[in-house]
Amino acid sequence: MMARLTSLPEAVAELVGDGDCVALEGFTHLIPFAAGHEIIRQRRRDLSLVRLTPDLVYDQMIGMGCARKLIFSWGGNPGVGSLHRFRDAVERGWPASLELEEHSHAGLTNRYVAGASGLPFGVLRGYAGTGLMEQRSSVARVRCPFTGEELAAVPALRPDVAVIHAQQADRDGNVQIWGITGVQKEAVLAATRSLVTVEEVVDDLALRPGGIVLPSWVVTAVAEVPGGAQPSYAAGYSQRDNGFYQGWDAISRDRERFQAWMQTNVVERASHAAGRL
Amino acid sequence: MSLTNRAGTEPGRTTDSYTPDEMMTVAAARSLPDGAVCFVGIGAPSTAANLARATHSPRLVLVYESGTIGAKPAWLPLSIGDGELADTADSVVSVPEIFNYWLQAGRIDVGFLGAAQIDRLANLNTTVIGDYDDPEVRLPGAGGAPEISASCRQVIVMMRHSRRSFVDRLDFRTSVGFGDGPSDRRRLGLTGGGPSVVITDLGLLHPDPRSCELTLTHLHPGVVLDQVVEATGWPLAVSADLRTTDPPTAFELDHLRRLAAARQ
Repeated sequence: MMARLTSLPEAVAELVGDGDCVALEGFTHLIPFAAGHEIIRQRRRDLSLVRLTPDLVYDQMIGMGCARKLIFSWGGNPGVGSLHRFRDAVERGWPASLELEEHSHAGLTNRYVAGASGLPFGVLRGYAGTGLMEQRSSVARVRCPFTGEELAAVPALRPDVAVIHAQQADRDGNVQIWGITGVQKEAVLAATRSLVTVEEVVDDLALRPGGIVLPSWVVTAVAEVPGGAQPSYAAGYSQRDNGFYQGWDAISRDRERFQAWMQTNVVERASHAAGRL
Repeated sequence: MSLTNRAGTEPGRTTDSYTPDEMMTVAAARSLPDGAVCFVGIGAPSTAANLARATHSPRLVLVYESGTIGAKPAWLPLSIGDGELADTADSVVSVPEIFNYWLQAGRIDVGFLGAAQIDRLANLNTTVIGDYDDPEVRLPGAGGAPEISASCRQVIVMMRHSRRSFVDRLDFRTSVGFGDGPSDRRRLGLTGGGPSVVITDLGLLHPDPRSCELTLTHLHPGVVLDQVVEATGWPLAVSADLRTTDPPTAFELDHLRRLAAARQ
């Protein structure tokens, strides 16, 4: 079935439900902030959020009470420091306690790869000797049937819905991503449903060197949201707003300041007007 | 810590003072040979790797976990995925590819890591301070570090030296240095060589060839042994041949400060 072109509020209302396992992916580049903000506006609750790098978008969603569980591998503000809302949830249970399932990047990545591949588990060299083996990291040791080597096995990840931001889609809902492509393809293919926000809907997708095309029939819904990755960025359209990432440290440190900022810049904003400092 | 060292005044040396962090970064840059393939994290390692590329290692290959291979940034990126890295890279690959084909398969010479805590066998903690289930400080977590530790031919650790970070016992072992002892890496199936040096703002520590225990081999100029012993949370092994690190040259400092000023 072809992807439907729709609006962001309609797509979130239809595809993201309370209690769902939701993966918003985008590795520094193309982080789907506008979709995260729409999930916050629609007051989704008890989500199991999956992301390699929770980044500011999950700091905001956790602080606004959307999450029950976080499956992740690196929860910091890149180059800046802590994610204060994430820390407040883990250290002090505010606004609610947060169940953690943590991995290394390689481990969580291979969980997506297994999900996308239709395999029950992924395999990698990793985890041996680390504390991650004993924590709630859903990892086990397996023996290679051919060489006898001990390796790490991680269970396939199959989110209910994957949400990504891409540069372009055509009117049939075929999607193209270029630049740093992260783990978005695997997240979409691993998930039951997918929502792709795009900078632009174009008449013809001009194929880019190194670009990834997701055919319309593996995507559930496409919504045109220009600037939908800000303060992250979309190569060819925008720059990463490093000033925002640095400024977020002070905004997010304090619960009241965070709530006031979210109220003004997200909750009371019309859909897909990107929040800015 | 109010260490502001003064370098020597001979020709070719700077007459400016420099900070302990600048000494640490310069020492780390020097440890990267030209042509090496280097897996770089953000912050101090990225600064050191780019300093090496600007000075003695113009053909250093910088690999960032965002999948940018051979990045040649004109300024220091804030994140591992800044557009400047992708725009200047030889190749940009997906995250599954960077970890599986490039790192896991043993194609990286040098991995660069920092941590909140390190122990005497160079195991690292970037996960929590305190109890895992009720942490005093929740740190970012593993990221790429466990597999960088596992698979790179050698690992360079960079961190500020203090009793809070150089601990007798880690609160959590995120990445394996030498595990519980000399044969542990082999027993665990870790294919890389493990930590080759720990570079701090006070000096250099190298693993003892037999016991793998970190041993102080160099003091940075102006640092005295007692300072390092005091800043280390275990009885510190000290090399019989303890040396002084060469201070940063004017050339190195000039390039380092230019890089820092060009931060976007």
